[in-house]
Order: sequence, then C-alpha cells, then structure tokens
Amino acid sequence: MAALTSVGETPLAAPAGRPRGMQAGRRRRLNAFRYVVFTLFGAFFLIPLLAMLRFSLEGAKLGTWSLSAWRQIASYQGSGIPPLLSSIEITLELAVITCAVMLVLLVPTMIWVQLRVRWLARTIEVLCLLPLTIPAIVLVVGLGEIYNRIQRFSLSALMLFFIYVILALPYAYRALAAGLSGIDVKTLSEAARSLGASWFTVIVRVIAPNMRQGILNAVLLTFSLVLGEFTIAYLLLYTNLQVELYSISRNTPNAGVLFSTSIAALLFAFVLLMILSYAGRGRRRSRG
Amino acid sequence: MTSSPVTRVRDRAARDAVEVRLEGLSRHYGSVVALDRLDLTLEPGQLIALLGPSGCGKTTTLRLLAGLEDADAGRIIVGGRDMTHIPANKRDMGMVFQAYSLFPHMTVRQNVAFGLRLRRVGAAERDRRAIDMLELVGLAEHATRYPHQLSGGQQQRVALARALAIEPQVLLLDEPLSALDAKVRAQLRDEIRRIQLEVGITTLFVTHDQEEALAIADRVGVMRDGHLEQLAAPTEVYSRPATSFVAEFVGLSNRLAGDVRDGSVIVRGCTLPLVEQDTPNGQVVALVRPEAVTMASAGAPESGPLVGTVIAVTFLGATSRVTVDLGDARILAQFSTADAAALSAGSRVALTIRPDPVLVSASSDPAVSVAGEEA
Repeated sequence: MAALTSVGETPLAAPAGRPRGMQAGRRRRLNAFRYVVFTLFGAFFLIPLLAMLRFSLEGAKLGTWSLSAWRQIASYQGSGIPPLLSSIEITLELAVITCAVMLVLLVPTMIWVQLRVRWLARTIEVLCLLPLTIPAIVLVVGLGEIYNRIQRFSLSALMLFFIYVILALPYAYRALAAGLSGIDVKTLSEAARSLGASWFTVIVRVIAPNMRQGILNAVLLTFSLVLGEFTIAYLLLYTNLQVELYSISRNTPNAGVLFSTSIAALLFAFVLLMILSYAGRGRRRSRG
Repeated sequence: MTSSPVTRVRDRAARDAVEVRLEGLSRHYGSVVALDRLDLTLEPGQLIALLGPSGCGKTTTLRLLAGLEDADAGRIIVGGRDMTHIPANKRDMGMVFQAYSLFPHMTVRQNVAFGLRLRRVGAAERDRRAIDMLELVGLAEHATRYPHQLSGGQQQRVALARALAIEPQVLLLDEPLSALDAKVRAQLRDEIRRIQLEVGITTLFVTHDQEEALAIADRVGVMRDGHLEQLAAPTEVYSRPATSFVAEFVGLSNRLAGDVRDGSVIVRGCTLPLVEQDTPNGQVVALVRPEAVTMASAGAPESGPLVGTVIAVTFLGATSRVTVDLGDARILAQFSTADAAALSAGSRVALTIRPDPVLVSASSDPAVSVAGEEA
C-alpha cells in the first residue's frame, strides 16, 4: 500500500507543484505591487497632512513645538455662543436638511422614472449631472438674485440647503442609480401592487429599503459635500464651518492656526463620515 | 381538536370560487396587436393554461387581468363585477411571476404576511396565517430565512404562498416554473396543481411549455397572434387539434403528403379519417402524430411507401423516438422502448399509420415537423 501511495503521489505532485509555485510567485509580485501603490498613494495624501500638522505645532522659534495654534481655536470667541460651535451646529443642520431634501426629491423621482416613464430617464440623468459642469461662481451669480430675495426674509445659513441640494445632485444621483440597478424594480413593484400595495407603499416599503446601500452612499457623499463647502457660503456671505475656520485663521496673528483649523475640520468630517458609514453597515449586518 | 394548516387554508378560502370573463379584450403596442378581441371564460375553480409561442399574447392577457396593464378595448368581469378599470392593488388577485419576486429585505414569513399587513390583519393572526401558508407549501421551517438563502424552487413556492395568503379571488401564474431546472419544475408543477385543487381557486396559468400546460390544466387555451386558436381539455387539444397550428405547436407532427377523397385522406397507402369531414378533395399535407405511426405486423411487404431505413433511435425512457428515411420523405415514429430495442441505425423497417382522425393543411411542403419539440 505504501509503495502504491508513494508511486501515485509523486507524479501528481510534480506537475501540480510547478503551477502552484508560479501562482505563489505571481501572488507575491502582485502583493508587492499593491503595497507599493498603496504606499505611494498613502504618502501622496498623508505627507501634506503631516506637514500641516507639523506646521500647526510649530513653536515661536523655528524647530520648537507648541500647542498654541490649537489652543487658539478653542479659545476663539465671538459674541454670544462661540462662533465655531455655532458654525458646527449650523453646518450639521444644513447637512441633515440637504440630505433629507435630496432623498425626498431624488428617490421617488428615480423610482417613478424607472417604473412608469423610462423614456425620461436620460433627461433626468443629464439634468442631475449638469451641476458638475457649472463652476461654483457661476452658480452663485445665477442664484444671487434669488438669495438676495431670500435674505430679506432670513439670514440663516440654513437657506444654503437649496443650492447645496443642486450641488449634491450629480453625486447622489450616481449613488442612487447604482443602488437602483441592483434590484428588479419592475417585478418587485408589480408583486407588491398585486398584493394590494399603493404606489406610496411600493416606493417606501418595498423599493427604498432594497436600495439602502445606494441611499447610504448618497447621504455620505452629500454630507461630506456640505461639510467641506466653502466657496458658495463665503460668496453669498453666509457663515458655515469652513467659512468660520477661514475667519479664525485670518483673525489670529499665528499662521499655524490656519493649519490647525484645517486639520480639525478634516478630522471632524472624517469621524462623522466614519460614524455614518459604520451605522449603515451595522444595520446591514444585523439583517443578514 | 386542532385542524391541519391545509384544512384551515381551505376553510378560509371556502367562499365561492368566482367566474372570470374576458370580453373582447384588445391591447396594442404601437402598431403591434398583442391581443385581438379575446373572449375567454374561466369557470369557477378551474385552472386554464394559456399556451403559445413568444408574442402570442398570453402574458398580455394575464397582465390585463391582473391590472398591470390597461386594455384598449373590452371588459374584464370577475365574479360578476366589472374590473376593467380597477387598479391592480384593488383587484384581489394573487400573482406569481416568472422572475423571482420575493422582497429581498424581508424574511420568508414577512414576505408571506406582507399582503395581510396591508389589509391590516392583526400581528398574531397574520403570523399564524403566514405559517399556515408556508406549511401548505412545505416551507414552514424556512420562515425566518431571507430569500437569498433559498433555492429557486423554494423561492417560487414562497411566492405562491404569498399570493395565496391574501385569499385572492383569482390566482395568476406567469410562467412561474421557467427559471427552474427540469426536476424541480416537474415537482413544483404537481405541487401547484395539488394546492390549486385543495384551495379551489380560479387560476390562469401562462406557459410556453406544452407539457406543463397539458399536465396541469383543466382546459388549455392555445394562442396565436393575439387570439385563441383552441380552448379545450388537454386530451382534446392533443388528440383533436382544432387547427394545423395547434397540431404543430402541441406535440410533434409528421407532415406527410396526402390525397383527400370523400371525407378521408390517403397517406402513403393508408386511409385515415379527417377531423374536418367537409375538406374538399385534392392534394393536401396531413399532420400525423409520431405515436400514430406503428410497426407493421410480421409478413409486411419488403418494399412500399411506408418501408424505410432507420436513421436514428432516440431513447426517451418508456418510449423511444425513431426517425425513418422513406426515400422521398422522413417520418418520426414513437415506439415502446422494448419494440425499439430491435432497431438501430441502418435497420429496415415497415410501418403503418393508425387510423386516428387527422388534420390536413394546404401547404405544399411536406416534411417532418419538429415545431412542438422546442416548446
């Protein structure tokens, strides 16, 4: 038996061994390539951030370390509520409103187009992607008249949601379209209709829950867009987080504040998006 | 004493089965006529299978009945009530689709209970009825699973349970078996029929598979170009097809040259009765079923119009299909496998044709037709 086994195994092992060796080599080379690419891209993003961090920690003398630039963010005071806190609050509110309006507008529209007026799909896509091609300054000029009128009634930066929804449309549309393409909208809606569901029920209880990943991605993109938006708020004379950070850095003699505030804003957005992303993923796991 | 789930389901469905009448139903897509003034009546509790090639209008008929599309003309009467303009969600019809249609984000039980939830049935009653329905289709133990954790056959059974859970007036089945493999398909087909008979619900079943239609239905409607060619019991559709299209579409037919003389047709020396007795005398093409072609008894002549060479023997299980070259034509015969065992490619064989009533057509191109084979 032993002889038979060894005779049987040897010829099998030899031809199988070489391709396996070749595969292992190829895998190693592929892994090495991945690490190189990952390191290069990591360095591309991280080195400027680390340089900013180092500059924000620069002391009064070159080469020394100090937290004064970071302390100045916290100690920066305007009248009443600290303006930084108030701008964070208003930016978060703005992000929530923008996401809500975007979802309410876009999700039913896209589902309806898919179900009933497919011939409109191309037009809706072009309309939604159009803001990508319009520079912010053109949007501001175009919408300036409307905002002049709005400002007569309200000076709150929350009014920016209108323009932010337009800005978020291309990203949200793409994310939602990807979510929608993964499900058989027609069959699911017809099945729900035959069971007695109204169109509202079909959209809210059957289609939307099945495109949750797309909705989550759209929310993440919209949220990050609102958190990082500066140009339009600044040009329309509203104060959001980015405008406030800019204002802090301008009003302090320490140039390091510019960088400490930028890193603080980046960290804030990063943590918030991570929380949102994990919240969505957690729910998905608990379902499966 | 507690009743079985099947009894409970049957008791709940005990309200009288309804009659469905389609009157002059028409539907056009641009210039294409999908349905042309179709009249069809489904007797209460009856299962009618609509059979036909792609584009014949069978699915359109079902979708119009379900309210998923609007008719251009005609009326839909269900249980004496005009449903023509009632929206799909108010029609009270259960439907099983060709594509898997379970809601992916709901468990099997939630799927089955969905329609009951919309009808505001209490949670406890809803769950009990959902489990009853799942027991009816043999999937109660999968109640907490999600659709992606089920096989295709199981998903379609859950879809059937979901459609029946709302106790619909009419059950609509739109090629529910076509995505399944052959074995599961046959099992589920029998199961659908069993459940339909138990629940006693009026059912419209759409399929392009003739075997499925003949096996499951009380009556089979063969459709072509938006109208019904024949509506009859499966045996009648098969053995007494109303038109040459039905004869060719349902089952295999040999197309053999024949000569009509005074109410019968002479095909390769055999005199056969005609389905349509008033066919005028003259040359025709006779449609002869392979099972009507039999082996001639011992002592038959060595040559003649029905003596030929075997080209192929195809084993089908209990029977075998034999293709014979007659020199100027080919003929398909279906023998018991025991009889066919003696034959092989190259064997000489003498045949005869059983005198079953045959249909004739005016076509001048006789050949073995295999139109039914693909369906």
